[in-house]
Amino acid sequence: MKTEFIIAAAKAIQQSILANENTLESLDRAIGDGDHYINMKRGANAIADIAEELANFAPSDALNKIGLKLLSTIGGASGPLLASFFMAMAKTLASQTHKEYVLNENVEYSAADIAAGFAAGVQAIIQRGKANIGEKTMLDVLIPVANQFVLLATQNCEINPICTTLMQTAEQGVISTKDLIATKGRAAGLGERAIGHIDPGAKSCQLMIAAVCTLLMEA
Amino acid sequence: MKKFINHIDHVLIESLSGFAAAHADLVTLHLDPNFITRKNKAVNKVAIISGGGAGHEPLHSGYIGFGMLDAACPGHVFTSPTPDQMLMAAETVHAGQGILFIVKNYAGDVMNFEMAAEMLPFESATVITSDDCAVINSTYTNGRRGVAGTVIVEKCVGSLAETGANLAACKALGDKVNSRTASIGVALTSCTVPAAGRPTFDIDALEIEMGVGIHGEPGRRREAMREADAIISDCVDAILTDFKTRNFATSQQEALLLINGFGATPLMELYLIYNTTARLFKQHGIQISRSLVGNYTTALDMAGASVTLCLLDDEIKQHWDSPVHCAGLRWGI
Repeated sequence: MKTEFIIAAAKAIQQSILANENTLESLDRAIGDGDHYINMKRGANAIADIAEELANFAPSDALNKIGLKLLSTIGGASGPLLASFFMAMAKTLASQTHKEYVLNENVEYSAADIAAGFAAGVQAIIQRGKANIGEKTMLDVLIPVANQFVLLATQNCEINPICTTLMQTAEQGVISTKDLIATKGRAAGLGERAIGHIDPGAKSCQLMIAAVCTLLMEA
Repeated sequence: MKKFINHIDHVLIESLSGFAAAHADLVTLHLDPNFITRKNKAVNKVAIISGGGAGHEPLHSGYIGFGMLDAACPGHVFTSPTPDQMLMAAETVHAGQGILFIVKNYAGDVMNFEMAAEMLPFESATVITSDDCAVINSTYTNGRRGVAGTVIVEKCVGSLAETGANLAACKALGDKVNSRTASIGVALTSCTVPAAGRPTFDIDALEIEMGVGIHGEPGRRREAMREADAIISDCVDAILTDFKTRNFATSQQEALLLINGFGATPLMELYLIYNTTARLFKQHGIQISRSLVGNYTTALDMAGASVTLCLLDDEIKQHWDSPVHCAGLRWGI
């Protein structure tokens, strides 16, 4: 993996978030406080703004910088949660790098390495948010995707079928939030009133996963 | 929306700048990241830092000064500050004895302060305030919300810190005051977040929101407007029930009563509320020996008020009475 890819992925995520303004806004107006899109846009734009700076770092350091930037930009609860993901993923990937980083050189990570980094990121969100699957949050997308990713990567699956499966898993995760009562996150105060509505945090995570998977499949 | 605004993106900075200019004898404003500190740095004491979304003024910046906070980190309106603010504030006010964070129990605030504490190069502890007995979980919380009782926690912990008490002692007092405090609020109208431009919630002219939070988030129930004493009686019952549920005896107990305005209710009405509240608590055998009435934890321009009762003991009383000199609270000095 090259840092170049991380930057391209960040830009793909930014485009996807901006393109889905209406979807995210209307979902959050229904069961949140209506600021989810604004927060996600602010975060995505902030990362795109530091793309040039990121290019000078090894992939794991770039991911850590992304985490810190999100932490100081987004605020609220989604800031620390997304930041924890990237900082934990960075830490896991850094521990798998054994040689000195040379600028623009490809750092060899297996799919299993990256899946482990992704899973560590999701674990960090679980710990930070003290939430788990089935509580109508972004974790209803992230936990199944992490589990699938680790499973497929350790079975030495090819990259394209992995991406296809992860995108499907993410979509199923989004749909699963519809019938849940929220016990954590933005809709927790609504009780049964939140039933029938998709969680906006789950939706934006699915959008980000789809953006990165699509990019990988095109590569 | 009719508000004093030049540009929507500049509301916070212009307000902070005005606050710092008006109280230049007490505070210093630091920008990017935004935080406010005491003008004269305290030495050899635990540094007390609080913070939270803007819109609750004078909380928290108005409580910076001798006897209370060393620094406060304001977020955007009703949005948690970010860890870079807390880290820079801590760096600036650390006086060799560690940092105590006082954080209202909202998911965003708790997580951002938690990450700041993890990244901090100093020893730290955190007191999480959760005095609102209206609801267990709400829009932004896991568990009870932190509301006006936070002012009492900040006052008492700030006083103890001035004596040179260590970090553990300051945290212990903060947790104790929080556990002995219960609040409940009532909204008559919604607030309007400047950037949103429209009221946060819809409420009929003849309705009230019982148990409202300080961001206009829902409370226990929407009900019909009634005469003041009937509404206040429900608030008093909610507080007494809460203490009973948590096994605190209230009969024969000495207490501090805080009537807090949410921003658009005049002092005249707040004193009317005090009058009834104090009478009802006395009927339940509670001796109100300390009181505070005014706008101490607001929700922008929401009309309404909250009732807070803090069960005193000798230690809390001593630290409540001790001298304090802040923009939002001053006595004995």
